[in-house]
Amino acid sequence: MTAGQPLAETAPILPLELDRVSFEAGGRRLIEEITLTFEAGPRTLILGPNGAGKSLLLRLCHGLLRPTTGRVIWRGPGAALGPGGPTRRQAMVFQRPVMLRRSAAANVAYALSVNGVRWKDRRALVGEALERVGLARLAERPARVLSAGEQQRLALARAWALQPEVLFLDEPTANLDPAASHAVERIINGFHQAGTKIVMTTHELGQARRLADEVLFLHWGRLVERSPADSFFTQPRTPEADAFVRGELLWPCAPPPEEA
Amino acid sequence: MIEVRRLTSSITAALAAVAMAMTMAMAAQAQDSAARQRSIVVASTTSTDNSGLFGYILPIFEAETGIKVHVVAVGTGQALEIARNGDADVLLVHHKPSEERFVSGGFGVDRRDLMYNDFVIIGPKADPAGIDGMTDVVEAFKKIAAGRVPFASRGDDSGTHKVERQIWRQAGIDASVASGAWYWETGSGMGATLNTAVGMDAYSLSDRATWLSFRNKAELVILVQGDRRLFNQYGVIRVNPARHPHVKAAAAKAFVDWLTSEAGQKAIADFKVDGRQLFFPNAKGLGP
Amino acid sequence: MDEIYAAAAAAFGLILDLDPDLGEIVVLSLRVSLTAVALATAIGLPLGAAIALFRFPGRRTMAVVLNALMGLPPVVVGLIVYLMLSRAGPFGVFGLLYTPGAMIVAQCLLIAPIIAALTRQVVEDLWAEYEEQLRSLGAGPGRAMATLLRDGRFSLVTVVLAGFGRASAEVGAVMIVGGNIDHLTRVMTTAIALETSKGNLALALGLGFILMTLALGVNAAAFVIKDVAQRRQG
Repeated sequence: MTAGQPLAETAPILPLELDRVSFEAGGRRLIEEITLTFEAGPRTLILGPNGAGKSLLLRLCHGLLRPTTGRVIWRGPGAALGPGGPTRRQAMVFQRPVMLRRSAAANVAYALSVNGVRWKDRRALVGEALERVGLARLAERPARVLSAGEQQRLALARAWALQPEVLFLDEPTANLDPAASHAVERIINGFHQAGTKIVMTTHELGQARRLADEVLFLHWGRLVERSPADSFFTQPRTPEADAFVRGELLWPCAPPPEEA
Repeated sequence: MIEVRRLTSSITAALAAVAMAMTMAMAAQAQDSAARQRSIVVASTTSTDNSGLFGYILPIFEAETGIKVHVVAVGTGQALEIARNGDADVLLVHHKPSEERFVSGGFGVDRRDLMYNDFVIIGPKADPAGIDGMTDVVEAFKKIAAGRVPFASRGDDSGTHKVERQIWRQAGIDASVASGAWYWETGSGMGATLNTAVGMDAYSLSDRATWLSFRNKAELVILVQGDRRLFNQYGVIRVNPARHPHVKAAAAKAFVDWLTSEAGQKAIADFKVDGRQLFFPNAKGLGP
Repeated sequence: MDEIYAAAAAAFGLILDLDPDLGEIVVLSLRVSLTAVALATAIGLPLGAAIALFRFPGRRTMAVVLNALMGLPPVVVGLIVYLMLSRAGPFGVFGLLYTPGAMIVAQCLLIAPIIAALTRQVVEDLWAEYEEQLRSLGAGPGRAMATLLRDGRFSLVTVVLAGFGRASAEVGAVMIVGGNIDHLTRVMTTAIALETSKGNLALALGLGFILMTLALGVNAAAFVIKDVAQRRQG
């Protein structure tokens, strides 16, 4: 990323610390006292069977949900800077991206406009972001008529233009065919190479193997294991993780530790 | 109409919204206000307007004076209320006791007789009550009640309705106990009531002007007429400028003066529907 | 059935003769109702969107009240506006009663709740879809409101048309505050009521046909514009 870009603050907002974070909804405890720290650098993949709380954890980190108990704290010196603080330095890509009813380019420009980028500065950033995800030639197409894969790439372009320090991705390829998934993974690696911290959920082991530097394994709302990717896939330390890696724990089979 | 002063307190909540919309509506209607400087509002009865009388005489008056006359045609009760609130400059109705109360209450000045016609009882040709050709309206009403044949009443406190109730009183019949049975109070104007009578083959009391100009007579005809008690006097009153300083007193006086002048009276007499005169001028007190 | 044929003939007769009185009435009807719709839209869209998006005490009550106000009888609105604009009322000094301005105010009050209530529904549904994305991008409530109104524009066209339909079809309110004065405040619906009371049923129904044709025209125009825009913008 080049110098003088309006969104790039010099001081980082990472590390991100979760201090005994729990989350309840409808009287059920869905996230159970998770304490952990995200550092800049490694691509963190959050794994676990369906219903493990992966998406909730991402939303708690990103600030879309407030923890029922515990705290989410950005520890970096940049967190206290600027209006909006850390929210302007992080972005999120959802499983189903919401496209505004306007052109692909206008969708990217919208994100910039919301974040206070002046009109005359937007054009270049939009062009660069669309180029990055290979959508430059579809810039003027209405975003809603793009294919699922193109829409997800556009969502990534929207994030790219914001030049976030942290990018959260919630199962970004769950609805895509293998070719589109591959394109998305390439772009994610592009973010990583540009210095953006990647925090991503997936239920797909192959994808986790390709992308992960470290793995957080969630089960029933608990953080069961946190390991470097190599050791997680070869020698998981917990029986749940072991079952999951062997493909036996794709669905929650054991009852939750405590019925609420 | 509801008493203004009592109700306003309860609806002040709506004021803000009205005020906003009104500011903008004011702009929309700015071009109208110039025209209104030389115009007056006349609150009148449906019979005078629906029969086409105003459509005939107003262009003559407007050509002579350049004053535009806007007619709000409603029942006599509502017309009185509109004038009482100061929303009209001239009142032209047909119920002398109410008119005199209006003047003695300080709401109007200078009541003058203007013209007359008469009421008629209309009903189905088959005439199940057997009143055809009668000249005693009270006896006719008694036969209608005795036969329990359908009767459509205005039921709207209009001049016609007041006369009808007077006749029921004279007949010693309380028709309201039969309301909904054979006595139907439409609560509507003369035309709507006639439409009801047509639809249900009912009897009704109508002023002759509205009946003659009514285009949906179907099987109904005039059965009773000519009783002295069916005399229908129209009066004209100016709204009191001392009470409502905003009224266009000069233009209103010009209009009333013209109506009761030779020219105005001639215009009224000249108005005909199907070759028949509907209103008979009597501004100088020439009754039948 | 004869009445219906006669009505159709009357309608065609009026149109083919280019009846000047009819032209005046049509122009006034459109001017009053379209102005009322424009004002009610300016009030109703932001109001409805605000109720959908902002959390404040009494919000649910307001939504329920708005929904109830959709069924406001025109006659009641007419009566309230009459009492307001009457010389004896608080706004009497403006001399608005028995003018097109008064009719615009009445119709605006009648349909602003409809537009606000339906807008609330549209925006609330859209918000369910957009909320996480917009919050993630950092959009504040004001920005979100503008975005949702823009993205809901195709549904909102229908909302505004519902308001127009109600305004152009109502007779109770304009009759009371306009007075159905010939060449000043006579619109299609009050003319229809008048001709009905004069027993000219065929002419009244003929005017009704013309009113329906006008409504059809406005709706068709809106549909075409919406369709073209939708195809272009997805």
